[in-house]
Amino acid sequence: MPHAVNPWVAFAYLVAGVCFILALRGLSSPTTSQRGNRFGMIGMGIAVLTTLVTHVPTITVLVEGYDYAALLSAIDTVAVFEIVAAIAIGAAIGLTTARRIAMTAMPQLVAAFHSLVGLAAVLVAAAAYLNPVAFGIALPVLTPDGAVALINPVSRIEMGLGVAIGAITFSGSVIAFLKLNGNMGGAPILLPARHVINLGVLAAIVVLVAYFTLDQSPWVFWTITALSFAIGFLLIVPIGGADMPVVVSMLNSYSGWAAAAMGFTLHNSAMIITGALVGSSGAILSYIMCRAMNRSFVSVIAGGFGAEAGGGGASAAKTDRPWKRGSAEDAAFLMSQAEQVIIVPGYGMAVAQAQHVLREMADKLKAEGVRVKYAIHPVAGRMPGHMNVLLAEANVPYDEVFELEDINSEFAQTDVAFVIGANDVTNPAAKTDKTSPIYGMPVLDVEKAKTVLFVKRSMGGVGYAGVDNDVFYRDNTMMLLADAKKMVEEIVKALD
Amino acid sequence: MDFIAILSIFVLACFVGYYVVWSVTPALHTPLMAVTNAISSVIIVGALIASAAAGSIGGKWLGLLAVVLASINIFGGFAVTQRMLAMYKKKERPAAK
Repeated sequence: MPHAVNPWVAFAYLVAGVCFILALRGLSSPTTSQRGNRFGMIGMGIAVLTTLVTHVPTITVLVEGYDYAALLSAIDTVAVFEIVAAIAIGAAIGLTTARRIAMTAMPQLVAAFHSLVGLAAVLVAAAAYLNPVAFGIALPVLTPDGAVALINPVSRIEMGLGVAIGAITFSGSVIAFLKLNGNMGGAPILLPARHVINLGVLAAIVVLVAYFTLDQSPWVFWTITALSFAIGFLLIVPIGGADMPVVVSMLNSYSGWAAAAMGFTLHNSAMIITGALVGSSGAILSYIMCRAMNRSFVSVIAGGFGAEAGGGGASAAKTDRPWKRGSAEDAAFLMSQAEQVIIVPGYGMAVAQAQHVLREMADKLKAEGVRVKYAIHPVAGRMPGHMNVLLAEANVPYDEVFELEDINSEFAQTDVAFVIGANDVTNPAAKTDKTSPIYGMPVLDVEKAKTVLFVKRSMGGVGYAGVDNDVFYRDNTMMLLADAKKMVEEIVKALD
Repeated sequence: MDFIAILSIFVLACFVGYYVVWSVTPALHTPLMAVTNAISSVIIVGALIASAAAGSIGGKWLGLLAVVLASINIFGGFAVTQRMLAMYKKKERPAAK
């Protein structure tokens, strides 16, 4: 009985799914990306309208005429109003947020949006659990206790997975948001025996989802939900700030799988296609991020990076090594005499909001005939592509911005490498020192440039990985110790 | 649709996703996350069904709340993606200087 689907409705959802594929396809180049985004909007419009038209809320009204009385089905205007109001409220909040948000806050915003998808998935799964007949996933069965809607066993698995993944996405994203927004320290928080606890909770969820097919009582459903909220929290809390690119990508992936699981429940192709797209997108991004750090996905998820490193006699001794300090004037002189300058931005640039003044500096240099390029490490910043967005915001043309593998060979022929707010991604120890925690991670070869200008707040701090950077003590390195934005402003002044 | 038909769509869509996402340029990875976020809110379909259905008051209100959340994501996600994509510009013509 369930799903006597009108072929036109199924077709409409399929078209919506294809639009979503085209939306992602558009992102293969900045020139086609805006058209792609419009495809996405069209797809969403089709999906929402189709649902609205095929699921008009109705009420049964008793119509009493002069000589007759009949039960008629009529449109429930109150319910229609409620739905439209709900969409309007969401639209107002969403559009205002999107317009006001600062580009530097994009990682937090994305994490917040992920949490909403997760929570929406939980709510939809819960609604489907409470009213399975409306979703066409249950058959009313007469039992001695009265009529009971018996949910299909397959639907129970899909629903259980949907609510579990949704809840993990929600609580995990909330923690990621708090860490990225600075409401919670970025340092990993390590509970004793956390691996045992996590594996135990995960196993319990799997067992309960399986048990749910035998027993659809409320306690099973709600326990799955509660445990999943808990595991999302437990999984993300021990992961530190600079691993956030992986976490954000992973949660992105989860939000997709949650949508796909609900798509299975509803037999809806638009949701399944979208879920698969988003799920694989997030998974690929996580993979790219892990590869860029030369760490396995499991070790990132296990968390606690940087906490176990640190200490060690070697790093303590290194701080006594001589290093050279430069001034803004020195930097301005060196760069204005250069033929080519490569700028290496990192998370520190985002924190200092230095991207605009950095572009000003680049403009001044270009006016003097210097070639300026930007080199981006895949994990620079707190989410994939973070640096690119900030530079785009500062009106840096995207054809001056290069990825690691495209520009790394150029450092050897470059006069000045200008490192601003990046550290671990320039550390040559990753290439040579087998004992280093970042050994094997692909890094930008800044030390091969004739001169390295390294903007850093102080000599004391180390990068996220907790390792000293050899570049600081090289003969061709000049440390510019100041806040990134202030230092660049001074360089701009000195260039006049 | 029977389960195996749906599973086929899902598996094939995973492959499509795999190839499409690898072709996304790394410079656009942040907009990619924002837009995937927006489209994963297609879960609003489920929310709308729940809010329109009679038979369970609790289910209806959960559905309406989910509609609000998903709408925030849809409108916010597409708008913020649009805002970001509009910033990506090519080098202006060298005639400027």
